[in-house]
Amino acid sequence: MIQLFMRDIGLAVRSGGGFGLALIFFLIVVVLIPFALGPDQFALALVAPGVLWLGALLACLLSLDRIFGLDYEDGSLDLLASSPLPLESVYIAKAAAHWLTTGLPLALAAPLLGVLLNLSFDAGMALCFSLLLGTPALSLIGAFGATLTLGIKRGGLLLSLLVLPLYVPTLIFGAQAVRSASLGQPFDVPLVLILAISLGAVAILPFASGAALRINLR
Amino acid sequence: MLQVSNLSVARGGISLLYDVSFSVQPGQALVLRGANGIGKTSLLRCIAGLQQPISGTISGSETVAYAAHADGLKGQLSVLENLKFWSEVYGGPAPKSALVAYDLQELAQRSAANLSAGQKRRLGLARMLVTGCGLWVMDEPTVSLDAQNVALFRIVLQAHLKSGGAAVLTTHIDLDLSGENLDLTGYIATAQRSSSTFEEALE
Repeated sequence: MIQLFMRDIGLAVRSGGGFGLALIFFLIVVVLIPFALGPDQFALALVAPGVLWLGALLACLLSLDRIFGLDYEDGSLDLLASSPLPLESVYIAKAAAHWLTTGLPLALAAPLLGVLLNLSFDAGMALCFSLLLGTPALSLIGAFGATLTLGIKRGGLLLSLLVLPLYVPTLIFGAQAVRSASLGQPFDVPLVLILAISLGAVAILPFASGAALRINLR
Repeated sequence: MLQVSNLSVARGGISLLYDVSFSVQPGQALVLRGANGIGKTSLLRCIAGLQQPISGTISGSETVAYAAHADGLKGQLSVLENLKFWSEVYGGPAPKSALVAYDLQELAQRSAANLSAGQKRRLGLARMLVTGCGLWVMDEPTVSLDAQNVALFRIVLQAHLKSGGAAVLTTHIDLDLSGENLDLTGYIATAQRSSSTFEEALE
């Protein structure tokens, strides 16, 4: 499992694109927002929590179909499935590698990009924490969606349709945490709820994904 | 090492093979024969655990090394890194001897994307050695190999059999193995759709 995790990280870094793609997309979206909304600082600060979370979420979505798609196409998923490694572990290793190469960089870069949208320091910290706790859920749910759409040609659209509704709770609580922090209110409750979503995803989705992989590889 | 009894195999809801039984002992290679589309690959996928048979049982070996049509190589990784990964996943032997066996030492540092089709296939076959598994399940292992490398494959396979391993493979060329052939033509299922649970519920 560790070997697969390390291999996926190595592949993401080497192939280029896979690693920096989400981060660059996020950067571009956030930089373009002030151009689209105008230079009003108060208006920017008002929409910043929602826009930053939405940007991070969409950036996460970009690389989802690669998680299993590449391995499916070159046949290594078949070989992994016939190896002693359980498919549940394959899923966890791949989701974890996806998080480390997309979710974690997004969470670390978000407070810096928040400055562009006139986000206060406290709200920036809340954004960082909420993304740190929430992006694992995004990666886990996304990887689960990827197992469901495995083998479907041009499955990217279907994957987005399946996964986006499941992202809604994480988005609501994530944006809420940042909004509360920017208004100077406590934001611990939404953070705890985000953590609950991530933990729930870790507990349930490996089994669902393992089953989905077994069916799709048949 | 492997017992297959009364196995029926389907692909995409269509029955292919019916009531296949055979067993493979250590040191034995079984070559599956039959026309294109008869169900050789589906049978091998059942043995590798990738597909559920309609009925019948497969028993004997807990882990098998499976070589499919696609070699499952990562182009960005070098030949050595590809082998190392599979050796670690299976907890098998180090890649060194596998590189030697298939004459890949000089290519060890080259990235797999820059290999020719035959070299890729040799790397895919070398993967079987680093798994350390006793039972090899191979689907058309000699495709895109030249005569010299087919001979190399034969040597490696016979060494594997001699050391107590076993193999089930499909091939269309004559490998001249001491093992036996199983012609699947006698097991073709009559052309009917396999009864799914949905259809059973209807009846």
